[in-house]
Amino acid sequence: MLKKYILVMEAFLIKFIKNRKIPGFGLTLGYTLVYLSVLVLLPLAMLVLKASHLTGSQFLAIVLSERALAAYKVTFFASLVSGLVSTLLGVLTAWVLVRYTFITQSFWDAIIDLPFALPTAVAGITLTTLYSQNGWVGRILYPLGYQSAYSFFGICVALVFIGFPFVVRTLQPVIMELEKDVEEAARSLGASSLQIFLKIICPALIPGALTGFALSFGRAIGEYGSVVFISGNIPYKTEIAPMLIMGKLEQFEYEAATAIGVVMLLCSLVIFFSIQYVQVKLQKKWSQGQ
Amino acid sequence: MNLRSIGIGVLIALVIIILSVLLLLPVALIMVSALKKGLEFYVEAIQNEFTLSALWLTLKVALWVVPLNTLFGLCAAWAISKYAFKGRALLNTLIDLPLSVSPVIAGMIFILSVGAASPLGTWLLDHDFKIIFALPGIVLGTLFVTFPMVARELIPLMESQGNEEEEAALSLGANGFQTFLKITLPKIKWGLLYGIILCNARAMGEFGAVSVVSGHIRGQTNTLPLHVEVLYNEYQFAAAFAVSSLLVGLAFVTLILKQWLGVKKAEY
Repeated sequence: MLKKYILVMEAFLIKFIKNRKIPGFGLTLGYTLVYLSVLVLLPLAMLVLKASHLTGSQFLAIVLSERALAAYKVTFFASLVSGLVSTLLGVLTAWVLVRYTFITQSFWDAIIDLPFALPTAVAGITLTTLYSQNGWVGRILYPLGYQSAYSFFGICVALVFIGFPFVVRTLQPVIMELEKDVEEAARSLGASSLQIFLKIICPALIPGALTGFALSFGRAIGEYGSVVFISGNIPYKTEIAPMLIMGKLEQFEYEAATAIGVVMLLCSLVIFFSIQYVQVKLQKKWSQGQ
Repeated sequence: MNLRSIGIGVLIALVIIILSVLLLLPVALIMVSALKKGLEFYVEAIQNEFTLSALWLTLKVALWVVPLNTLFGLCAAWAISKYAFKGRALLNTLIDLPLSVSPVIAGMIFILSVGAASPLGTWLLDHDFKIIFALPGIVLGTLFVTFPMVARELIPLMESQGNEEEEAALSLGANGFQTFLKITLPKIKWGLLYGIILCNARAMGEFGAVSVVSGHIRGQTNTLPLHVEVLYNEYQFAAAFAVSSLLVGLAFVTLILKQWLGVKKAEY
């Protein structure tokens, strides 16, 4: 199998090596392909290969076990809820940052990326402390009846923290591109702010908001570091799928970890390629409209 | 009109409140908790031998990962932006793939491919080369999760800049490497630095992937984020937050450099 793979790659290189006006094509493309194969493609293939050692019924027994199903459910619904919340907060934030000017604006704009720059473990322990019963935020939420740590709520808090910068950063350029003339024309024709928002701004923001949602949802599905502390990892209740894999690995149950890993990898791949596909479509539509 | 400006004011206030609760409150908590037991304790927690060895390991990992992924980013961007070839779009897409894979899976695939249970891993162990639960494994996991960080900054940048200047230099007799060094590199330097900064931040802060492959051996295979976890799980909260404050420092340096490089990039 490996031999075949190398042959295909070689043919790929030789075929296109003539295509050279600027030197370095063979070298850079060759290095890129080897590096990509060794670090990403072959190790990922290894996961699938290992899982294929299991028989069909063994695989299904692991993948469809009650504990695994519960973990997918928590992961999926937490990602969905936090994706929606992130989209809402992200659209609002992006709108305000682009459209209005106020003091300290550039500070807030810069700090949006904090969740990208802060290690997830630090985010995890910090959010857990903040939202636990005696924490600064938990102290307010617990008496109101919200168990904000070691619960589904807590998982969502961590995922919103991680996910909402994706929405802001996707929407900012979209909002910058919006033409204010259209809104002004509508206003001078007597449209109310609500009408302008619903009929002009919303339709223009939907593709960007969807992309932002998909990015934050995709990140949330696989997220580990920021969630593992605040979730409490109660099996069947607040155990997320990456944590389940981690537990299996720690007990050296590599087969079970591999099988669940394949399911998760498939989910991530589906999300990843749908985002890519939609973006290509949108780009085509956009360039046709020009 | 007056009603409209009130509305705008409310929106701005709302966003500031959201961002304060979501982003500033955690940072404030880290600082307060880190200094809870006094400055002396804080300094002690940071000068602790395990913290220092974790810091050293984190730096070592970044020193491996950042140059390797930068070299890859330059090669990939050169190949993708300067030539038209079949499969180019697919290659461009595949480069982004690692970012959407769960960090836990990123670690696990290296246990499966070069761990003790795999043929390659057994062979390596027979030759006294330990990968999993050692530095090479941590480097591999981190390389995976930061894989596209430099490349995806450079590819759109170099695509938008075109090839004309390079072609001119080549026709005047420069060789490929000279052309890259004298023509391309100055054009992409801000974007390149931007990618390197992002790659470095993620490399030093990675937790999930490293957690799988490191084995958590204190003083040996604990990076700073793993050390934070260990301290936190041992209920040494003040120490955990003291070490965290180092990583917050890294995050803020990253954000400031990123902002500055973003401006430079736009100016260019």
